[in-house]
Amino acid sequence: MEKKSLSLYIHIPFCVQKCAYCDFLSAPATEEVRSRYVEALLREIEQEAVFYRDYPVETVFFGGGTPTVLNVSQLEKILCKLKENFSWDAKEISLECNPGTVTPEDLKRLHRAGFNRLSIGLQSAQEEELKKLGRIHTYETFLDVFWAAREAGFDNINVDLMSALPGQTLETYLDTLEKVQKLSPEHISAYSLIIEEGTPFYDTYHQADLQRDRDGVDRMGLLPSEEEERAMYEATKRILAGHGYERYEISNYAKAGKECRHNLVYWKRGNYLGLGLGASSMVDETRWKQTEHLEEYLYKYGEATGNRKADEDRRPEMIPLKKSQSEKFHLSKQEQMEEFMMLGLRMMSGVSPEEFKKNFSVSVFQMYGEVLEHYQKLGLLEVSDQRIRFTDAGIDVSNVILADFL
Amino acid sequence: MATIDQSKIRNFCIIAHIDHGKSTLADRIIEKTGLLTSREMQDQVLDNMELERERGITIKAQTVRIIYKAKDGEEYIFNLIDTPGHVDFNYEVSRALAACDGAILVVDAAQGIEAQTLANVYLALEHDLDVFPVINKIDLPSAEPQRVIEEIEDVIGIEAQDAPLISAKNGIGIEEVLEQVVSKIPAPDGDPEKPLQALIFDSVYDSYKGVIVFCRLKEGHVSKGTKIKMMATGATAEVVEVGYFGAGQFIPCEELQAGMVGYLTASIKNVKDTRVGDTITDLENPCAEPLPGYKKVNSMVYCGIYPADTNKYPDLRDALEKLQLNDASLNFEPETSLALGFGFRCGFLGLLHLDIIQERLEREYNLDLVTTAPGVIYKVYKTNGEMIELTNPSNLPDPSEIDYMEEPIVSAEIMVTTEFIGPIMQLCQERRGRYIGTEYIETTRALLKYELPLNEIIYDFFDALKSRSRGYASFDYDLKGYETSKLVKLDILINKEEVDALSFIVHADSAYERGRKMCEKLKEEIPRHLFEIPIQAAVGGKVIARETVKAMRKDVLAKCYGGDITRKKKLLEKQKEGKKRMRQVGNVEIPQSAFMSVLKLDTKD
Repeated sequence: MEKKSLSLYIHIPFCVQKCAYCDFLSAPATEEVRSRYVEALLREIEQEAVFYRDYPVETVFFGGGTPTVLNVSQLEKILCKLKENFSWDAKEISLECNPGTVTPEDLKRLHRAGFNRLSIGLQSAQEEELKKLGRIHTYETFLDVFWAAREAGFDNINVDLMSALPGQTLETYLDTLEKVQKLSPEHISAYSLIIEEGTPFYDTYHQADLQRDRDGVDRMGLLPSEEEERAMYEATKRILAGHGYERYEISNYAKAGKECRHNLVYWKRGNYLGLGLGASSMVDETRWKQTEHLEEYLYKYGEATGNRKADEDRRPEMIPLKKSQSEKFHLSKQEQMEEFMMLGLRMMSGVSPEEFKKNFSVSVFQMYGEVLEHYQKLGLLEVSDQRIRFTDAGIDVSNVILADFL
Repeated sequence: MATIDQSKIRNFCIIAHIDHGKSTLADRIIEKTGLLTSREMQDQVLDNMELERERGITIKAQTVRIIYKAKDGEEYIFNLIDTPGHVDFNYEVSRALAACDGAILVVDAAQGIEAQTLANVYLALEHDLDVFPVINKIDLPSAEPQRVIEEIEDVIGIEAQDAPLISAKNGIGIEEVLEQVVSKIPAPDGDPEKPLQALIFDSVYDSYKGVIVFCRLKEGHVSKGTKIKMMATGATAEVVEVGYFGAGQFIPCEELQAGMVGYLTASIKNVKDTRVGDTITDLENPCAEPLPGYKKVNSMVYCGIYPADTNKYPDLRDALEKLQLNDASLNFEPETSLALGFGFRCGFLGLLHLDIIQERLEREYNLDLVTTAPGVIYKVYKTNGEMIELTNPSNLPDPSEIDYMEEPIVSAEIMVTTEFIGPIMQLCQERRGRYIGTEYIETTRALLKYELPLNEIIYDFFDALKSRSRGYASFDYDLKGYETSKLVKLDILINKEEVDALSFIVHADSAYERGRKMCEKLKEEIPRHLFEIPIQAAVGGKVIARETVKAMRKDVLAKCYGGDITRKKKLLEKQKEGKKRMRQVGNVEIPQSAFMSVLKLDTKD
């Protein structure tokens, strides 16, 4: 990254109802809290933007939670504030939304406001599976939103799908895939379910996940076997390739030229600034993270009254005055190299040895020769002077390999 | 110095089966004699190693001198010599007994005579000790003192009608025990003017004083400045200090004389110079002959001990050296394993000894260890007439060079209630035991006599014995000698590579069974890799069992956490940490637990 470009991530930590598998920083909130949050966010944008005058903003991503839990005016206001305060050169402005939270009219207004990419959380086209996940919508509702979005002018739409769901079979997954590809969205993200601690899913399925036998079969019969999971993965790649989607990252598929530019910034280690509760940032090889505590965030960016006593009274009891965000952490050269490999290899195009050399003044073969050779021999990495990337077999077991670059 | 009246000295020990209350009785005796107040008493004064107290067994012999004012109005000096309570330490027991003139036999009022009781009594009688019985735990509801008294008279053939009925735990009947020590145990004899002749029955290393030698003076006297000689090892030294044993402390005195039990120090650097059983004499005025019964104790069980963290090799060496200062029966030499790196082949008296050393290394020296399967010493006779004593299976010569092999055999005595005779005989049969005979102690209990290969009892024989007799069987053994046997080396190949640390010697007939079990166990232990891993058991290059660890087909972090890279990284780092705790053999990472788990192959499923 020669030019100091910047990507912006805006976190909206609200949703209508928490999904049973979700461990993202998000929860339902009252209208009053949402409105206070927006005010705080606007203030944070003003305060932060000052430091990035020299960084033209190229991509913006509103994520959550469900950003569309905010009303359109609020979203417009936020986007406007960004445009006013940052050096604006945004080509891609994405908005995550969930079926059941937007009307056709909303979508039109959002498109007019400047959002040009919509990411719709579908997860599954099977009603049974949606219910188990705790989603608030049906497949029908999704279709309504999808077509309304097209109508509103969105010509860059992503659909999120999930595999390895409880009760899911290869057949039902294939059916979902077929249905979705027929709609011809520009982009499809296909994640596999991870059972995270602290979610209702953890309570229900963690034991089953732990007690898989040596062949990865869930002895309790609640979850698809590892082999079925793998078959779903395999199918995603095969079916989507047949319809003009290219897998450009482990979980992401896009039609030509429709890769999510914002996400690529993460994998390529470009600069990004996260705004809003719990948002992560990395600018100029320094990482930090905004507080995850809503009360603290609201206090920190709340409107100052000018009256110290009043301000002090407003401070939530358990919140320390100082500790408002995680410490900024500058990455050592070693850490930069590790991340370069760990993130870069997630992309199917892999990493360029030349770029590695240019960034770190040392050859990637000198740093990681042994690891590279080991996995090349096993047929899991493709290694040449031009590119280093996973083979198809390598992607399936990428964790094992990526860990070796740490 | 005034000569001490020998007739007022009593040198004795307490013998008992494990758990029959030996140490508790010792505590009570010390308490009653007024040397210590109850408050000063640490529980079980004689067992002073932390480990001993936890396991409830005595590992090192402890000794204490106490003063008892008897009912006859005289003051007596008691030297109570505690003996190790386990078959692994039989030789040490025999030397401790040799330092005594009599013994108290403690028998549990509920359980009666056990295998170890008999073994110890016979040992005591062999040493011409006067033995008087004490019936302990009479306060237990299940106590049957009269039955036990008859049993003692029938089985052992010693007078037991006036045996004190006591409860060591509750301090009942202790006075009577003390009186019988005075009346039934003979005073020592020996001439203080004769040339020095003293038996070493134990020694400990002290970093200030050097080796502290525990001895019983049979003849002569010794004091500071005496130039002494250890007759078997030939080591010489000049005495710096002599004294006797307080409870948990050494109390210096001017002179030790014939009939006394005490200690001496002489700036001796190594316990190897002061072997248990050796005779100390005056260098300038030596006695004609050493005391009988000395033998160099040999290790019976060997295994490889490796640091879990390969960088800790020097720490392990230091720790072993320090333990050896106090334990002449521990020996070790460096060895290298392809799988485990640098470590030591260590020799032990038995499996309990091995267990104790391993635990002390881990606990007192804070080391994480990987231990290989314990084995015995095999005698390998080569076709060229050479004989090798094999302690490490990896060193077995090529089969073409081997004429025949011999393995150690023990004579074992198992005491068991009659209802369990069947299962126990079956167990001995499975362990290649040779039946010698059965002696009925009483109608419900029998003493089974077997000859068993040592390598069949060093793994889990004790456990199997306990589980098949619901805890009732007791066991004692003695090395009998070597016998020719059909032995083979069982190799384990993981991903076609032989893992030296997993090889062991086994009887040809059980090779298949053991090989199969090993493979099954290892399949459970070895995590899936990116490729398929065959696990094979082979004898002489021929594969006799095989299992396969299937290749891992999916491990991918598909989920997107937005820009929160740290979280992703943490997951991968966790994965990396897991790998670090593995041992690399070829391309395969083997968890350290795998090396240990194969030791616990229960042969009865």
